[in-house]
Amino acid sequence: MTNVGKLIAGAFTAALLSTSAMAQDIAVRGAQVWTMGPQGVIENGVVVIEDGSVTAVGPAASTAIPEGMRVMEARVVTPGLVDAHSTVGLTGYLNQPDDQDQLDTTAPVQPHLRAIDAYNPHDRLVQWLRELGITTVHTGHGPGALVSGQTMVVKTVGNTVDAALVEDGTMVVANLGSWALDRESAPGTRAKQIAMLRQALLRAQQGGESAEDDDEDEDAVDSASRDLVNEAFESVVRRERPLLVTANRAQDIMSALRLADEFGIEVIIDGAADAPMLLDELRESGVSVILHPTMARNSGEMENASFTTAATLAEAGIPFALQSGYEAYVPKSRVVLWEAGFAAGHGLAPEDALASVTIDAARIIGMDERVGSLEVGKDGDVAMFNGDPLEYVTHVTGVVIDGYVVSEATR
Amino acid sequence: MRMIKQAALAASSVAAFVAAPALAQETPIAFTGATIHTMSGTSGTGTIENGTLVIQDGEIVAVGADVTIPAGAQVRDASGMVIMPGTVDTHSHIGQVSGADSSAAIQPDVRALDSINVRDSSIARARSGGVTTANIMPGSGHLMSGQTFYMHLTEGNTIEELAWMDDDGKVLGGMKMANGTNPLRESPAFPSTRARSAAMVRQHFVAAQEYCGGERSPRDIGMEAMCEVLDGSRLVHFHTHRSDDIMTALRLSREFGFDMLVQHGVESGRVARELAAAGVPVSAILLDSPGGKLEAREADIVTAAQLEDAGVFVSLHSDDNIIDSRLMYRQAALAVRGGMSREGALRALTINGAVQLGLDEHVGSLEAGKMADFVVLTGDPLSVYTNVAETWVMGELLFDASDPEELLMATGGYGAGNPTLNTHVLEGEALMLEGGQ
Repeated sequence: MTNVGKLIAGAFTAALLSTSAMAQDIAVRGAQVWTMGPQGVIENGVVVIEDGSVTAVGPAASTAIPEGMRVMEARVVTPGLVDAHSTVGLTGYLNQPDDQDQLDTTAPVQPHLRAIDAYNPHDRLVQWLRELGITTVHTGHGPGALVSGQTMVVKTVGNTVDAALVEDGTMVVANLGSWALDRESAPGTRAKQIAMLRQALLRAQQGGESAEDDDEDEDAVDSASRDLVNEAFESVVRRERPLLVTANRAQDIMSALRLADEFGIEVIIDGAADAPMLLDELRESGVSVILHPTMARNSGEMENASFTTAATLAEAGIPFALQSGYEAYVPKSRVVLWEAGFAAGHGLAPEDALASVTIDAARIIGMDERVGSLEVGKDGDVAMFNGDPLEYVTHVTGVVIDGYVVSEATR
Repeated sequence: MRMIKQAALAASSVAAFVAAPALAQETPIAFTGATIHTMSGTSGTGTIENGTLVIQDGEIVAVGADVTIPAGAQVRDASGMVIMPGTVDTHSHIGQVSGADSSAAIQPDVRALDSINVRDSSIARARSGGVTTANIMPGSGHLMSGQTFYMHLTEGNTIEELAWMDDDGKVLGGMKMANGTNPLRESPAFPSTRARSAAMVRQHFVAAQEYCGGERSPRDIGMEAMCEVLDGSRLVHFHTHRSDDIMTALRLSREFGFDMLVQHGVESGRVARELAAAGVPVSAILLDSPGGKLEAREADIVTAAQLEDAGVFVSLHSDDNIIDSRLMYRQAALAVRGGMSREGALRALTINGAVQLGLDEHVGSLEAGKMADFVVLTGDPLSVYTNVAETWVMGELLFDASDPEELLMATGGYGAGNPTLNTHVLEGEALMLEGGQ
């Protein structure tokens, strides 16, 4: 067996053990507990998790730990971190043609491609993120096509996607700008991108009927009573799921806002490198932003990306979260913990930085009733640190997901 | 500005390209009250608390705790700040550098210096992150992709003004080589296996030995560069990742007697003892995650620590734009997170790179007589909350974070500094600064 094979097998075994042999009960004590919820920061606090859910959070002096329960300790305890947008599990770490499943280029508009049909829970990057405290990821189809597919929310543990899954079909992913242009066929221009999206949304609004459908030559697949492409768009126009629009250039961001207006759909702006030019427009539209990684490569359409954009959005009162995003090369995945730290080094208040990878991220992906803060009733997801979580030189010392200790490594 | 550089060059025995009669920065400048990591000596950080640094004519005049400030000196209060030598980035691709083309796998005749755009904003951005010297390299898609360029990140109108030169005015640089998967191509001019790669390199070195030991006529500019590799005056920067590829590079360097710096060395931790025994240094990169290509599957932030433990002489690099040049302090911090000593990581950013490039007589530590290349930081260089306040190169303040337009270089993307693109962003940042910070 190769070393990589051994490592993957090791992670596999660890995941199995953690979900079968151990109970979902644990208490975590911290010199500081950053709840990211109404209780704020608790000095000398404790989090009690029973049957995988948080049953108590409070000062150690007044919070009882059930007798016999395992107790872990750390200097700083936070909720498990939430990565608001990733392609992990679809973009394998070896970056070979056969492990890259984030993009199919046979058609420009494929909202029916589901992330659950592509996710590899054993990819080494899933383990990498988990051991660095990231317990929830919003992952799925990536950039490169006008509509590349759907996203989902998973925990970074589990032997199968079903075991990892929190929510399937969270958002439909659209991409505007040069990344999603095809000079050989449509869409070959930005205007065509929007025309195609408007046509698809209009068709969905009309129950799947459109002028093009009167084709007498259509085969059995085309004439099936259910049309999965249109069903995906219908869920968007019914506001059952947001359209996640990757748009970095100002004109693309404005196009996305125009679409939201015209069809009354929920749009979330992803990337948003030019956002500082459009603060008023973004605030007035009420959209949320999943901002590019703070340290993203900032050339081409992202040439106006700035280390300070997170701070600028916070100051402007625009809801945002940080993401690891999609990486085409080395390094294959970013780590939102480090992106948040870097934002804190560039004007974002440390509590806002941590919120951008916990509760704010959970809220934007619609998961804040389950994850993102340490509150009674929420999932028992905890990250432990031996110092300020945002500092480069601080280590993650332990990670708990749904009450299972999934890592005790020092990372 | 150009005159300052030339004066400093002359004064420090590195030959100036053109002799300059007038001296600029004649007024001494004294920085007081700072924590100064001088990085002098053979170990440690040489830290002076509440220290004073005096510079004049582009050089360091004095550094210490009990320094007499010269009469007439301009005094700059650096209380609460940290001063350390400018970063030496031992592997970078800033300045739109290119090298060999697709016509052959081995092209020692090609020079990076003939391709660099000195006005590219990447240079100012690197400087805003504290980089003052960098080894600018052609890519790794060839067995030998050309001559590298040791850049001094001054401001200049021509590439010569940014060049490190020797006493004879020869532009300094190394030779870029690579093995592993990057040079493998489906083309008759290129190898398609590792053994073929090594065989092609060996054949070329055999030919070089004959050329260099002979009449050297007719003159061949590629072979002339090979002679410099063979006589030890041109360091080989060997891009190599997998441990077996590193050992192949080591085997080649032994067979032909060339000096080598292992570049990247993602798996160098696996052969750290062998590298230490051979006395071969490493220029390391630490990545956010493993993978992205087959050879980077074992990438981990523990590598620099493994090398340090084994006694390998390590520097750190950005490989910009794999890692942004402005993240060099983060490279050191990740090294510490991975287990490297704090002093080892700070030395890997400064003096070790200077030694590896052969420039330690002039830069890499803060000592009287060396060039006034240094960075003023707002705090601990390894903290995420620390920013570069000022970057000085040869006694000139070339990055000043208090100027909003220059700050854009420290925070913005490739569009930074382009007024037609960034007017709004700049205004926004200026407003934010006025509004509260």
